[in-house]
Formats: sequence, C-alpha cells, structure tokens
Amino acid sequence: METLRASWFGFEKTWTWYRRNWRATAVSSFLTPVLFLLALGLGFGSQVQSTALIGGVPYLQYLAPALVVVTAVQGATFESTFPVMSQFMWQKSFVAMVATPITPAQVLYSQTMWIGSQLLLRSVVFVGVAAALGAAAGPGILLAIPVATLAGLAFSAPLVAYSATLDKPDAFNNIFRFVLMPMTLFTGAFFPVSQLPDWLVPLVWLTPAWHGIELARGATFGTLDLLPALGHVVYLGALVGVGIALGVKFFHRRLAV
Amino acid sequence: MDNLVEAKALTKHFGSFEAVRGIDVEVRRGEAFGFLGPNGAGKSSTMRMISCVSGRTGGELKVLGMDPGTEGPKIRARLGVVPQLDNLDTELTVRQNLQIYGRYFGMSRQKCREKAVELLEFAQLSDRGDHEVEPLSGGMKRRLTIARSLVNDPELLLLDEPTTGLDPQARHLLWDRLFRLKQDGVTLIITTHYMDEAEQLCDRLVVMDGGRIAAEGSPSELINRYSTREVLELRFQPGAEKPDLERFAERVEVLPDRLLLYTKDGEATLQRVHEHGVQPVQSLVRRSSLEDVFLRLTGRTLVD
Repeated sequence: METLRASWFGFEKTWTWYRRNWRATAVSSFLTPVLFLLALGLGFGSQVQSTALIGGVPYLQYLAPALVVVTAVQGATFESTFPVMSQFMWQKSFVAMVATPITPAQVLYSQTMWIGSQLLLRSVVFVGVAAALGAAAGPGILLAIPVATLAGLAFSAPLVAYSATLDKPDAFNNIFRFVLMPMTLFTGAFFPVSQLPDWLVPLVWLTPAWHGIELARGATFGTLDLLPALGHVVYLGALVGVGIALGVKFFHRRLAV
Repeated sequence: MDNLVEAKALTKHFGSFEAVRGIDVEVRRGEAFGFLGPNGAGKSSTMRMISCVSGRTGGELKVLGMDPGTEGPKIRARLGVVPQLDNLDTELTVRQNLQIYGRYFGMSRQKCREKAVELLEFAQLSDRGDHEVEPLSGGMKRRLTIARSLVNDPELLLLDEPTTGLDPQARHLLWDRLFRLKQDGVTLIITTHYMDEAEQLCDRLVVMDGGRIAAEGSPSELINRYSTREVLELRFQPGAEKPDLERFAERVEVLPDRLLLYTKDGEATLQRVHEHGVQPVQSLVRRSSLEDVFLRLTGRTLVD
C-alpha cells in the first residue's frame, strides 16, 4: 500500500511535466497511426491482393490490430531509453526522489506505471484513428488496446532495467537499429511469419511484438484459441515480471551508492 | 536524544577503494556541523550515508536515533538534503518543483501549495514562481534547491558543497538564508572545501583528509591549536630561490609561489625580515584561518 502510494507520487511528477509538454507527444502519437494507416493500409494496401493466408480480409484491416501493437512497442522503446537515462544522469530526477522517503524500487515502479499509461493512451488513440479510417474489422479490435499495452511493457520493463546500467547513450542507437527495426518489420505485422525462412521463426517467437500481434489480430478476427492466447499472455507477463525484478536490482545499484 | 547523528568507526568502500576509513562523528541538535576537506576526502560519501541513500560498509551509524540500514525511508522523511549538483526538474516551474517534492513526502496537495508559497518567499523567488527553472541563475537554482529541501520541515538539513561555483554575492545571500535556518533551530550539516564558508557557518567541524578525520573542534579552537595568531605571506619573483627564514617564525610553510611565516605578530616579523635584507615582491599580514590548519595537518592546501 505504502509502495503504491509512493510510486503514485513519482507518477504525478511525470504527469505534471506531461501537462506542460503534452502537445509535442500528442502530435506524434496521433500522427504516427494516421500516416502508417494511410501509407501502408490504404496506399500500399490497395495494391495487395488479399489471400487465404491473411484470412481473406482487406489488407488495411489485416494490418490495423498489428500496427497498434507495433506502435506500442516503438513507443515503449523510446520511453524506456533516453528519458530513463536522463533521469539518472542529466535531469537527475531519480536521484532527487531517493533523497525523500521514496525508495529506488518505488522509483522504478512509478516509471513503469508512467510508461504503461503512455502505451495505453497511444493504443486508445490508434484504435480510435483506425476505426475512423475504416480499418477496424470489428469490436474485437478494442482488445488490441490492453494487448498492445502489455506487449509494450514486456519490451519496456527489461529495457528500462538495461538503461539503468548504462553511462552513455551509444547503445540506444544499436537497439533502435538492430532490435526495434527488425522487430517492427519481421514479426508478422506486415506479412505472415510463415513467409520467413524456417530458421528465423524461433527468433521471432522470442519477441514481445510477435506475441502481441498474434493476440491482437486473433482477438480482432475472433480466431484466437484459449490455450495459445494464454501462452502469449503468460509469456508477455513473464517478460514484464523479469524486467521489473531486474529493474529493481539495477535501480537500487544505481541510486543507493 | 541530543545527538542527531552518531557514527562510530564508520567506513565506506567502493570496490577496493576506501572512501571513508573509520570515522567517529557526533552531531548535536541545533548546531551547524561541518566536514571540511579537499575533493576526494570522503565528505560526500559520508553525507550520502547520513542521508540514508548509501549503505555503510562497516561501523555503526545512527541518524535521528535510528539505523539507516533498516529505517531509511522513516529517517529520510525527517531530513532535508541539498545535493552537490542541483537536480531540479528544469522543465517544470519553480513552484511545481516545490509542490512535487512535497508530494514525495506524502503531503496533501493543499499543504504543498501553501508550503510552496512560504518557501518561495524564503528563497526570495516569489516573483519567479511560475517561471521555468532552466533560465534561472546558478544562485537562484541553488536557493530553490535549498527551499525544496525544506518542504518537509526537516529536523536535520544536509548541505553538500552548498556554494561551490557561486559568485561571492550569491554565496553571501545563501549564507544569510542558512543563518536564518540555524536561528530557527534547524540542525545543519555542511560539507565544504571553502575554509571561509566553514568559519562563517559552522559551530563545530571536522577536518577530513583521505577518508579519515584529521582534527575536530570549533573553527577558533582549531586555529588556536594548530596555527599561530597571525600569518605573514611573502611572495617572491617566480623561479627565484626562496630565502631560509625559519628563525623568524614559529613555523614556515613553503608553497610554490610564496612563503607562509606563522607568528604571533606579523608586522613585527615583516620588519625583522626586511632588516635582514630580504626583499619580497609582495607581503601580506593576515589572521590565521582554517586553511592554515589544513595545511598544518596535511601539508597540502585545500583548494588547488
């Protein structure tokens, strides 16, 4: 209870910041889905022949639930890298917080809460935009909102922990290039994973994006079976759990010195 | 309980580096206590242990009568901490910085709003309340950091190098605020490598060097014990050989650019030196300071 309260105060701080600066992020979180759905869904999608492999649905509708997840994972990557490092090293807000009754673990929880809320917000906006553009196949796409938030957190939590161990931001560019980029393109958002070479598929299974896309698309088109669904949720939940556990350890190591 | 801080044989290691090598310290309620020493003496490490952020490696430590290892959050709720480097939220307003910090201590929003008004006045920043922090001057940011540390009405205020990097006017303004706090009964612990700051602010201090305490007492006690009443400073042409003047003073310190002659009466000593035919480029008679104490104790100057 005490922990929840303390973490909430940390959340409030970022919220205060957000209230002053939301315009900049709102533009990007609103514009990203519009541009992606226009260019890839309506533009590129108009040239794509629907096949049985993608369930025979229009490409735009095939794409939409997966893009909610991909956007959340992208947002999670940005929120979990530079802003985290800044609060250790440049703005030092985390350092200021642990001089109060707030503990390093609570600092981590408040940051995770914040990122989760941002992912939720982005996903809501995305689904709203998708519905407006006719990209929503049915009400099931609403489930893409919690799914995308969970998938985003599953990538965010370990990444926040990793960011807490760094002294310079150089590694972030490699994460953007060599982890985020392939995870965006090759985890089933734009084409079925079955089109990939066999040796690559197990690697795809490791990514939170793939599990999120499977869940979001399955929920949208009502093709989800209980057992695989449970498997995806458990895997994503486990990533969040492991990430938070590591985060607690690294935040403590970084802040309690 | 009269001692707010009690440390016995306190140590702090970082890997194989021993930052603090067994110090005994007692800080009494209501006093201003100083840690004086050069960079790397172990002052900041000691402060972080007292502020219950960093764990101790060995020895005993009690802050407000409690063990920081087990009751950190409870102790921190009653401390104010002014870190060496400002860590204000530069993208928030001055007022928001104070209000948010109050929330960290679990204060109600209403209480935080009231407290912010009071502290803005204390920090002489009332007309800047709704400005962002970033464009403020160094002195203003420092005052805001101090105001922020007072949001929970702390019994014990820890200031790590409070005026490092400020211009003289800003320093005096800050000292004035700290005096007021002391008069209001707040116990202060200050680290500094400025001897004038230690002399101005501290009732009692320890001189730290290499992770150990070299001496302890009030500024005037330390000066009486380790130095003479006056000091004659003689400056010679760069590179010129410095004359041997041991017999004119109780003690002579040879610095790269000058000689320090420790003596009861500086003017008289200067006269005798002149009579002896020694012609320094420049001479200065002054009272002994903590700088001289430090030089005596460690053979080094505080600020190089």
